Amino acid sequence: MTAISDLIIGIIILMGALLTVVTMIGLIRLPDTYTRSHAASKSATLGVLLILVGCLLFFWIKDGSINGQLLLGIVFVFITSPVAGHLLGRAAYYSGSPVWKGTVRDDLKDKQKKTKHV
Amino acid sequence: MSFQLLLNVIIAFTWMFLRGIWTLPSFIIGFFWGAVLLFVFRRFFHRRFYLHKVYAIIKLLFIFIRELFKANIAVTKDVMRPKLNIQPAIFAMPTRLESEWEITILSLLITLTPGTLVMDVSDDNSTIYIHAINTDDIDDIITDIQQTFEKAIMEVSR
Repeated sequence: MTAISDLIIGIIILMGALLTVVTMIGLIRLPDTYTRSHAASKSATLGVLLILVGCLLFFWIKDGSINGQLLLGIVFVFITSPVAGHLLGRAAYYSGSPVWKGTVRDDLKDKQKKTKHV
Repeated sequence: MSFQLLLNVIIAFTWMFLRGIWTLPSFIIGFFWGAVLLFVFRRFFHRRFYLHKVYAIIKLLFIFIRELFKANIAVTKDVMRPKLNIQPAIFAMPTRLESEWEITILSLLITLTPGTLVMDVSDDNSTIYIHAINTDDIDDIITDIQQTFEKAIMEVSR
């Protein structure tokens, strides 16, 4: 365990924690469901990913073995969290959550009128 | 692609049978020679040589990671700005991609690009509805998506 690897792992985990804080601030500050979903689906993903990568590197250097579960966790979070963001946004839209000062919200509204989504 | 890959594995096993050595290095050497053999006989296949596709997939993975970092920088900028300066919009984007999994990959990529979130995909898979956090650069976003992402995905599926 050298000083350089210590420093790098520390920076990675700290970045992950900071990004999670940014997500939280975004959830409080942003005005409507969709913009909050932006913050939640992006920053939270990378925040968790960075923390997991930091853990992976830490145990790799300390024990000399790559932890398979952490690797799988990284892949799963990476794949599933954008889908969650999309589904939340879609469900919010079709259950009638209002848009904050939506300016060019053109075609989705028309489409909803045409097809009468239930 | 999967047919060529299967053929390559079979060639690797044939190599192991020929040598009579049942170890991982032997398999890897057989796989390498199988790839060389398939490359030599590539004109007998309908599809392209499959390592092209592997290369395209790896490139797509790097695009994913790069966009994730760019998106987070953009979100951090938007959130931490003292005065909130956002202008959300929902716009429709036509897409040339056809099959289901291509659309899925494209939606994942769009959701991870800076300032965009997929809201809905039309029933005939021809339009994607995107929520953008800043109205100003919608045109940039569309050209960006079509130039880089669609091209990269098409390179994999062709």
